[in-house]
Amino acid sequence: MNPFIEIITKPDNIAIVIMIVLVTFFMVWAFLQAFENDKLRASGQHVDGELDRDVDTYKPLVRIEMIIALVVMVGLTIWSVLVDAPLEEIANPTITPNPAKAPWYFLGLQELLVYFDPWLAGVVLPTLIIVGLIAIPYIDINPKGNGYYTFKERQFSILTFSFGFFVLWLLLIVIGVFFRGPGWLWYWPWQEWDTQRVVFEPTKDLSNVFGIDSRSWGGFFIGMVAVVGYLVAGMIAPYKYLKKKCPEFLEQLGMTRYLITAFLFITMMAIPIKMVLRLVFLVKYVWIIWFVPGGLNF
Amino acid sequence: MNDLFNKVKKNLIWKSVFRRDYRNTVRDHAAAVFGNVFLHLHPVKVRESAVKLRYTWGMGGVTFFAFIILTITGIVLMFYYHPTVNLAYEDMKDMEFQVPYGVISRNLHRWAAHFMVIVVMIHMFRVFMTGSYKAPRQFNWGIGVILLVLTFLLSFTGYLLPWDQLGFWAITVGTNMGAATPLLGYQGPFSEWLHITPYNDVRFALLGGATVGGNALLRSYIWHCIAIPLVAIILMAVHFWRVRKDGGISRPQNN
Repeated sequence: MNPFIEIITKPDNIAIVIMIVLVTFFMVWAFLQAFENDKLRASGQHVDGELDRDVDTYKPLVRIEMIIALVVMVGLTIWSVLVDAPLEEIANPTITPNPAKAPWYFLGLQELLVYFDPWLAGVVLPTLIIVGLIAIPYIDINPKGNGYYTFKERQFSILTFSFGFFVLWLLLIVIGVFFRGPGWLWYWPWQEWDTQRVVFEPTKDLSNVFGIDSRSWGGFFIGMVAVVGYLVAGMIAPYKYLKKKCPEFLEQLGMTRYLITAFLFITMMAIPIKMVLRLVFLVKYVWIIWFVPGGLNF
Repeated sequence: MNDLFNKVKKNLIWKSVFRRDYRNTVRDHAAAVFGNVFLHLHPVKVRESAVKLRYTWGMGGVTFFAFIILTITGIVLMFYYHPTVNLAYEDMKDMEFQVPYGVISRNLHRWAAHFMVIVVMIHMFRVFMTGSYKAPRQFNWGIGVILLVLTFLLSFTGYLLPWDQLGFWAITVGTNMGAATPLLGYQGPFSEWLHITPYNDVRFALLGGATVGGNALLRSYIWHCIAIPLVAIILMAVHFWRVRKDGGISRPQNN
């Protein structure tokens, strides 16, 4: 069978195909409503819900809930009739499958292992994602866009969240599911998997670019300048910019909130930056702190 | 026919269950909600905009409904399942070939689980896009994030239970991450300073052993069937209650 058909019809992967369809549908719907509302508000008109009245819960709301529940039940039943849940061979610790993949919703994190060491990709970054998500309401002080779809009134927050959600979370999951084969190597869906395939990529560390051993003090220093410099510059530059452009906003935001926001934002942006470094410039580590037991490598 | 109808509706038993007749009046619309333990999660009246599908997409409700389906099918599966290395896989085979409706019970459970993970993420996206996490709903957003994580963990702990190659290695890959925890995982940075070994680190605590084995299976089972659902149900109660206390489904303020 065509490997592409094979991979998208694998029982567990049908869920991913459904996810792609649903997420795309709702993404388009959300942004269409946002643009529509922006137009309405620009022309001084009211958006949905601004002038609404009370209605009885029973039946308008209960009816909709009932219909949705039925649709979901019917949909899941059809899905369950048509596709059987997979059951592979009995667990065997002596036979490691290649590739060994985590459950699909964690494949974005597994994909990050290509670019970061496990302590970052598997522990620190997920923790920051959770903490960062919970922090959103407390650092976003923009009172606009509460209770209606809009894009114009919250551009920065929507673009940032969308990048994190669609690209760094969902796209990486799709890559992990459909584009990773044996050895976690990249396979196009129409390519046959080849367990013998070896890709030789002469990766280097950042300081090697300057001809300095990354596990020497010189390399340590260069790495430190790069990482700490990135963090510090990434937090100062937007500050300077805001100070010049909209000082009132900065004042309202306050130093604590600014620092948390900036830290979370540049940490998130470090992920695509490291990806480019790794994929385009073959840089494996930016900063190696070799004297920490267990290795603290960025 | 009318006679029969009256007989059914006008006796002690019927009246003890349904206290009063339903007439199509505003008063009875209200009574239908607050007189019903399930429906009274709702307020008696809601804003017109809160009912619009194009606004909420019904995704929070769908997530909850998926959870209910999972609870029911999960209980069915529990009747036929032993969380032991010797029996777990055989029980799956029995489920497939012996148990009446075993295949569809398991299918429903698995696909509803995937479905729940998908819709809970879409629910989060909707809440973000409508700015519904803003005051006064900041705290409920936080509860929601934790419920999202619990959904992932519920699905993750269920993955191992069939005791097949797929689950075994997915859990091995997943829990190996725990070994990389700074300070507390034996492969993580700094852990040597705390004398952390494969036998006393986070991963060991998760698995009840240094490798995925019988203890890990039992722990998964208990987390999956009891511990996480318990926490999730409590947080769901808070989540739903807060939706109402924070003023119902978000809508634009009139100012």
